[in-house]
Amino acid sequence: MIRLAGLSIDLGEFMLDSFSLSVDEGEFFMVVGPSGAGKTVLLEAIAGLRQPSGGKILVAGRDVTDLPPEKRNVALVYQDYALFPHLSVEENIRWGLRFAPRPDGPHVEGLVRLLRLEHLLERRPETLSGGEQQRVALARALAVKPSVILLDEPISALDPRFREDLQDYLSRINREGMTIMMVTHDFNEVLSLGHRVAVIVEGSLQQVGEVKTVFREPANRLVADFVGMKNLFPSNIKGGLARLEGGLSLVLDGQKAGGECLIGIRPEDVMIGQDLAEGTENVFGGRVVSIVPRGMAFEVVFEVGGIRLTGRMLSSALVREDVRPGADCRVGFCPGAIHVFEGSHKI
Amino acid sequence: MIRGRLLYLGGGLFLPGGVFLNRKFRERWFMLLMGSFLVVYIIWPLAGMFFRADWNIVASTTRDKVVIGALWRSVWTAAAATGVIALFGTPLAYFLARQEFRGKSVLEAVIDVPIMVPHTVAGIAVLMTFSPKAPLGAMLVRAGFSPVNSHLAIILACMFVSIPFYVDAARDAFYGVSPRLENVSRTLGASFFHVFFRISLPLAKRGLVSGLIMSWARGVSEFGAIVIMAYHPMVAPTLIYDRFATFGLKFSTPIAVQLILVCLGMFVVLRVLVSGKRKEVIGG
Repeated sequence: MIRLAGLSIDLGEFMLDSFSLSVDEGEFFMVVGPSGAGKTVLLEAIAGLRQPSGGKILVAGRDVTDLPPEKRNVALVYQDYALFPHLSVEENIRWGLRFAPRPDGPHVEGLVRLLRLEHLLERRPETLSGGEQQRVALARALAVKPSVILLDEPISALDPRFREDLQDYLSRINREGMTIMMVTHDFNEVLSLGHRVAVIVEGSLQQVGEVKTVFREPANRLVADFVGMKNLFPSNIKGGLARLEGGLSLVLDGQKAGGECLIGIRPEDVMIGQDLAEGTENVFGGRVVSIVPRGMAFEVVFEVGGIRLTGRMLSSALVREDVRPGADCRVGFCPGAIHVFEGSHKI
Repeated sequence: MIRGRLLYLGGGLFLPGGVFLNRKFRERWFMLLMGSFLVVYIIWPLAGMFFRADWNIVASTTRDKVVIGALWRSVWTAAAATGVIALFGTPLAYFLARQEFRGKSVLEAVIDVPIMVPHTVAGIAVLMTFSPKAPLGAMLVRAGFSPVNSHLAIILACMFVSIPFYVDAARDAFYGVSPRLENVSRTLGASFFHVFFRISLPLAKRGLVSGLIMSWARGVSEFGAIVIMAYHPMVAPTLIYDRFATFGLKFSTPIAVQLILVCLGMFVVLRVLVSGKRKEVIGG
């Protein structure tokens, strides 16, 4: 549905460099990266609001690189909704219809029902809550039946109680066949909504792939940082074992290419407990260094064989296992939880 | 926006009840004390003119055809000049608000030059451009217009001094319209001009109208540039000067009083018209 071929955008201070990726029809495609990575600019370029310095943009098989925004049939929803303040909700939603070759009234009424906007039609945007404004912006974009809809961080600015609602709406719209390309800086949103994801860090495309793959097997240290893979250690791999600097030897799942490699373990995969038998694969005795609350869970740092290992635990587990700073404990993880960064020999 | 804001200062004077007991106000009273000097400085001389004017003469001048003619001439020539400025200045202001380019600050400074130069100098500059001996003036003469001592001359002089007042206000008004609103409407299928007329212009309306008022007011009050381009036909400020020089203060004050009344009247009417719609355009 969208294909970017070597797309470059000059941003003055930095550059989005030579992007190539494609979004399939009906896909929920996520673009993720830290704030200020140029994600909004990428969406504006696809929508035709910014001139790329090189490369091509194809939408629905058509080269749109030199077309003005109104000829691309690509809708954009900004993070701040950008509703027209001088028009009512209904006028906002119907704004694009006057330009449509075949305005579809029933389609718009369906959208109004789907997004539960019936009772708001007469109101002005300034009188709506953030969640309501977001739904109006979505309805306005979908009313013109675009080939694809581009969403710029639609969820982050909302109150937490509206977030799940909006995620549900977006999934429904996607299930009904709309291709969605959504930008976010929050990997949790990627996990709950996306089919595939592109990770942008420092102006360049680090990895594109299935969400699950990127989550479990990040391509490099930048992506690993971003998807929350905290335990990164340089190691020497030989004969199915990874030897770490502190002296620990970890059993790997199957044979991997040998030599100096970076390995990573997700904090959720780190287990703790007296019932882990020492001496079995990848179980070690250690000491608790610190416990920091992180939302619903706790981040626990262990010292094990000269390295610091970060785990993520629920409070019930903390109580059960009597985990306190300074306490001795057993820590372990499966061989399958260890990710070896391919081609990271030089790190 | 500084000049634009002047129009709306009045709204701040009538604050909600209890403001004088408000702690914040007590902290700020010193600022008000200092500032009131300037407010008094404006009101005192103008009010004094009303008190000392001989109202019998004021009444008789309202029947003086020369006075009425001059007042009306001031009003419509300034309006005509403002119309021309709006036609060409609105696109210029939009361009300045949206486009970054090398030399932009130089261009903005050029637009503000008419504020800096003494108005008699402005008049001489415009006269040298449009006098029948200059190429542009000669063209106007051949086309059947009279570029000096005519209504056209008054409009030409007014335009020169009023341009920055409209263009600056309009540029700030367009700055206040989020480019994202324009972007979104483009992606929904609207052409550039459609977006300009249906989104940018309505949302900038308040600032644009305030710019029109300032530009018009500048034209009505202009004397220096006009008197050099056209002593006759007389606009109100020229007539006031003429009466002052010929008959003295006693006979110039009544016309001055009338001019103030006309200007204040227009001012209030336009302000009410604009502020009535104020709520619609906030935000974006």
